[in-house]
Amino acid sequence: MTAETSTWATKKGLAQMLKGGVIMDVMNVEQARIAEEAGATSVMALERVPAMIRAEGGVARMAKPSLIKQIIQAVSIPVMAKCRIGHFAEAQILQELGVDYIDESEVLTPADEAHHVDKHAFKVPFVCGCRDLGEALRRISECAAMIRTKGEAGTGDIVEAVRHIRTLMAEIRRLGAMREDELFVAAKELGAPYDLVKQVHDDGRLPVVNFVAGGIAIPADAALAMQLGAEGVFVGSGIFKSENPARTAEAIVQATLHYDNPKIIAEVSKGLGAPMRGIAAASVPEPERLAVRGW
Amino acid sequence: MKIGVLALHGAFIEHIHLLESIGIEAVKIRLPEDLDGVSGLIIPGGESTTMRKLTARWGMREPILGLAAKGAPILGTCAGMIVVASEIADGDEPVFPMIDVTVRRNAFGRQLDSFETELSMPVVGDTPIHAIFIRAPIIERVGPGVETLASLPDGRVVAVRQRNVIAISFHPELAGETRIHRLIATMAADFSEPGEGTVVARTEPGIRRDASPGASRGRSE
Repeated sequence: MTAETSTWATKKGLAQMLKGGVIMDVMNVEQARIAEEAGATSVMALERVPAMIRAEGGVARMAKPSLIKQIIQAVSIPVMAKCRIGHFAEAQILQELGVDYIDESEVLTPADEAHHVDKHAFKVPFVCGCRDLGEALRRISECAAMIRTKGEAGTGDIVEAVRHIRTLMAEIRRLGAMREDELFVAAKELGAPYDLVKQVHDDGRLPVVNFVAGGIAIPADAALAMQLGAEGVFVGSGIFKSENPARTAEAIVQATLHYDNPKIIAEVSKGLGAPMRGIAAASVPEPERLAVRGW
Repeated sequence: MKIGVLALHGAFIEHIHLLESIGIEAVKIRLPEDLDGVSGLIIPGGESTTMRKLTARWGMREPILGLAAKGAPILGTCAGMIVVASEIADGDEPVFPMIDVTVRRNAFGRQLDSFETELSMPVVGDTPIHAIFIRAPIIERVGPGVETLASLPDGRVVAVRQRNVIAISFHPELAGETRIHRLIATMAADFSEPGEGTVVARTEPGIRRDASPGASRGRSE
């Protein structure tokens, strides 16, 4: 009776436990506790939320080990942390620190403009961003055990998140409607491995859990994402850049759970104070767009 | 007969699919009124702190405790095990205390320590269960009247039963393991049609006739 750790089932299984929930960006222990108290299913430890990275510029790297350790000790829910795209040495350090999930994230400054981290080489599971099905399946072929659509992080504008989840879900439906002999060309056009394309065709869904990220700022945004097919949401700047983070966090948790019950969402949306101000994603100049990072 | 699955967050859809695969109607439970007419309840894996928060917010505590008190079968898996325990080792208040055990959260460590193994669980038959443990809890204290259903080779208890409540550390719904759900379905049938007798229920549709003799052992109390 031998026990095997870090299997594919345990890696993608943890993401299955987070479904229907909210993963919140936090920058310190106090925020991590607020998030946990609000009902977050996980927290993402980082030094600057995307809106700050956007405003301040500079190179965005993984968070300091001391910060990650403090947050791990402060909460009992799973703790995630971000590494730069392709920066497998940062990922090795995050694994060593004992984080529960690594987000190989376009929000940080990419370290490699061709290669993502070979996630098969790690015991810790990874979540990766995508804008469409091809990108999602390329990441899964690298052993991403969870996917999130990217949106445009740090804007508080939901429009890119909507574009990405709609694109992804439409492409999944399209594959499902194809004849089996059409899947070979579909794989070529998606730039994704045939086996994964076939699996999506057969199952009508991604082989891993998919959340929506990038631009969720109010409860209605979370409900929109869920109704479009998200299995949960990441909220970055939307909580701790709002006037009342604790109440906003709790309201977004409730809206993610009761996404198809507008009566409840109306109720929890009352008295939250001002949401993050945000910037229209369309006004972000091309070189400053984060979603295009990742290959 | 239908069985409810607490659908606040976590792996609830997997339980629903598993129940449907053995011919049992499953309903999502999000608000107290969703419990009307259910003959059993499954509390799935997820984060127990989140479930505590969400169930308190919508007044789920009394209705769920009431269902258990009436004798409907309750199955808690992973976080669900924490939710039904009468005591939580790190000092947190119990959520829905309905089985006399002390449970320790994240007892194996962090995600890096999550694992899969084969587990003997005689109550569902002689073939071992393929058990997936994800940031799993364990039972540290088994109260009087609580039966141990499965333990790891080192003796740590990972599955228990007290009357109509079963709590397990692992995830049958991720492994396609239907036998525990069949047991709950049998208990739910007994609950919804008292007087029919367990002998009848054991051979009803949804219960595999080829289940080994061990499958009935847990109900002999």
